[in-house]
Amino acid sequence: MLKDITIGQYFPGKSIIHRLDPRIKIILIVAFIVMLFIADTFFGLGVGMVFVLGAFLLSGIPFKMMLKSLKPLMPLLIFTGLLNLLFIRTGDVLFKWRFLIITKLGVTTAAFMIIRIVALIIGSSLLTYTTSPIQLTDAIERLFSPLKVIKVPVHELAMMMTIALRFIPTLIEDTDKIMSAQKARGADMETGSIIKRAKALVPIFVPLIVSSFRRAVELALAMECRCYHGGEGRTRLKQLKTSFRDYAALLVTAVFITGVVLADKINFFI
Amino acid sequence: MPIIKTEGLTYVYGEGTPFCKTAVDNVDLEIEEGELVGIIGHTGSGKSTLIQHFNGLLKPTSGKVFIDGEQLWKDKSHLRDIRFKVGLVFQYPEYQLFEESVYKDIAFGPKNMGLSDSEIDKRVRESMRMVGLSEDIMEKSPFELSGGQKRRAAIAGVMAMDPKVLILDEPASGLDPKGRDAILAQIREYHQQKKNTVMMVSHSMEDIAKHTTKILVMNKAKVFCYDTPVNVFHRSKELEQMGLAVPQITRVFNRLKAAGVPIDDDVYTVEFGKKLIMRLLENR
Amino acid sequence: MENFLSAKDLRFSYINESAEEPTETEVLHGVSLDIKKGEFVALLGHNGSGKSTLAKCFNAINTAQSGSVFSCGLDASKEENVLPIRQRVGMVFQNPDNQIVATIVEEDVAFALENMGVEPKEIRRRVDDALKTVDMYDYREHAPHKLSGGQKQRVAIAGLIAMRPECILLDEPTAMLDPKGRAEVMKTIKMLNKEMGVTIVLITHYMEEAAQADRVVVADSGNIIMDGTPKQIFSQVERLRSIGLDVPQVTELVYLLRKEGVDLDAETITEDECVEQLLNIFKKSN
Repeated sequence: MLKDITIGQYFPGKSIIHRLDPRIKIILIVAFIVMLFIADTFFGLGVGMVFVLGAFLLSGIPFKMMLKSLKPLMPLLIFTGLLNLLFIRTGDVLFKWRFLIITKLGVTTAAFMIIRIVALIIGSSLLTYTTSPIQLTDAIERLFSPLKVIKVPVHELAMMMTIALRFIPTLIEDTDKIMSAQKARGADMETGSIIKRAKALVPIFVPLIVSSFRRAVELALAMECRCYHGGEGRTRLKQLKTSFRDYAALLVTAVFITGVVLADKINFFI
Repeated sequence: MPIIKTEGLTYVYGEGTPFCKTAVDNVDLEIEEGELVGIIGHTGSGKSTLIQHFNGLLKPTSGKVFIDGEQLWKDKSHLRDIRFKVGLVFQYPEYQLFEESVYKDIAFGPKNMGLSDSEIDKRVRESMRMVGLSEDIMEKSPFELSGGQKRRAAIAGVMAMDPKVLILDEPASGLDPKGRDAILAQIREYHQQKKNTVMMVSHSMEDIAKHTTKILVMNKAKVFCYDTPVNVFHRSKELEQMGLAVPQITRVFNRLKAAGVPIDDDVYTVEFGKKLIMRLLENR
Repeated sequence: MENFLSAKDLRFSYINESAEEPTETEVLHGVSLDIKKGEFVALLGHNGSGKSTLAKCFNAINTAQSGSVFSCGLDASKEENVLPIRQRVGMVFQNPDNQIVATIVEEDVAFALENMGVEPKEIRRRVDDALKTVDMYDYREHAPHKLSGGQKQRVAIAGLIAMRPECILLDEPTAMLDPKGRAEVMKTIKMLNKEMGVTIVLITHYMEEAAQADRVVVADSGNIIMDGTPKQIFSQVERLRSIGLDVPQVTELVYLLRKEGVDLDAETITEDECVEQLLNIFKKSN
């Protein structure tokens, strides 16, 4: 069923990770991703993993949620792994059978890529688990607000993102309903040629678009009734404020990144 | 032979997840052909899930559904044919209109059934008449119609498939009193002319009481009772405890009874209530 | 008491510009209506009678082509009055899904205050108050799309009362709700009116809801044709029927019995009144 898809997978909580300034969280995640790609030793990556897993523990998000976020990306992981494993043909040969050659470099590169991607997913899902979509869009709006100078409509874009996030579940529900209704009228969406199937989507898309427009018109009216008049002079319920926590988090991350870079420089593993 | 029969019908949403919920729990039901059945129960009682089983939109987690003697899901290739026997009109059906003309939209179902053009034409016209839409609007875009007309066009689209069972999920919701009465009267008219089975979900006990021959009460995923209106409203105390609003007129007569007025019958329509009071006054 | 909302000879037309030749459809043909501060008014009429259009004139969403509209003493036709009027006169719509902007309940309730530029601390206070008022405080961190219809409407109402409006217009707020949701919303509306003195204009198709108001106004094809207490209005069963409206069941029963010559009060609109009168009749005839 369509409505089983979760988007905006915020997991409410009160942990220190939850309470970090979302702007800081975004900056930290960006730094973390950069670090992952700078690191080219297992030690470096290991430090990165310890860092992100530590943060995960602090957040109090159940561990199975982490596995859940990895699951849809399994095919990608396997694919990248195999690609590196099979197509890197330089270095010490570990295994050879007909045209299959697996080298030590292949194994390490594959392992590297997988660890990197896993760490990246864990890191970014930690961001979305601990930060509500509205905080995220808010943070993005603030981080990009200097762009207002060059006439980028930052507030409008952020507002659009918020509304999109708010309406995705509603529109998914709409789609579900319309599909059921057309199926009940004998619409056949599962058999036939590609062209026939594409045509079978018309009875779904037309009502969906019509209903989205209706919703948009009504929402605009409701927003006007609540004194919406653009971003000018707006205040926010939740002020973004950096506090001691945020500086501490910055410091901890900086220490880890330095550790990774140093580890690479010394390069005493491998 | 009942037209719809279920045996131990159970449906669980999101099975295997922490959010799993039994929406329909072990339901045994036999609905005879030709009834006009009202379905009541509050939100989440399982009534919408139940009706979606009757035309194979949902597959039971366990249990069986028989339509006209044939078991749904036994042979998947028959599913579509059986589905055509049960027409399902969803809540706010006007949101499913999509064609460029009213005619084409109503013809969508019959066309999917693979009927001939002349047969389709006949059915479209007949069902438009049935819901009280004039033929003048046939070539109009369905999006130009008024709210009430859109609703009728959408209902006509299912009626045109000439199903043996017509099921409507809250056909009158959101309409004004006039529109509501008109649609309900047309559904009753359709039932009398076609002599087939009609089932109608409604939150309004008044409407159900006025129009149906049988009432199915759902409560907490189970069938609370399936009986004639008289017998169902005889249990109005239990219905109220369930959180269902019984008609105002029923409440009035229950209170009169409690105050010692000698009333034996259960009253659920104003017309009957009036007769009863007149009889009582004349007998004195 | 002063007139809080006031329309005089109000004419309003919708202009359809998408057609080849722009067409004008006049929906309100010179409506005059005064609503006093603290009143609870039910506005009835079938679809297309102009009742929603009228309500939207009172909070400066629609601007009259001719005639005048004053809301809380401000002329609604003046551009500079638009925002002050919308702060004082809030509006709730039929579809609960299409009026919630944010992905978290409390953020949605804060939306209007944010637009008004209220201080964050004050927003927090008012949001919490508003959520407690509609009994949704426990849901403040929930996602709106997971709430029931009645809960969503209460969130929408909270979003308005956070603005501390003096009046709330509700355009069929219960039409898409189940009986439980309807009861919740009605309870909230009555509480706002009785305890907080908010002026209420409720558009509805449910006659039992209208019967709870202080005053009933009936619109038909762009005019106001009836205006009085619920008793005065609902006792005119035939007239209401002729314009496609209903009456409460007890009123209908009394009406039918009176036609048969039974001596009952035509202005019977509640269950209690009906039971009491019938019992009296039976006592008398004993």
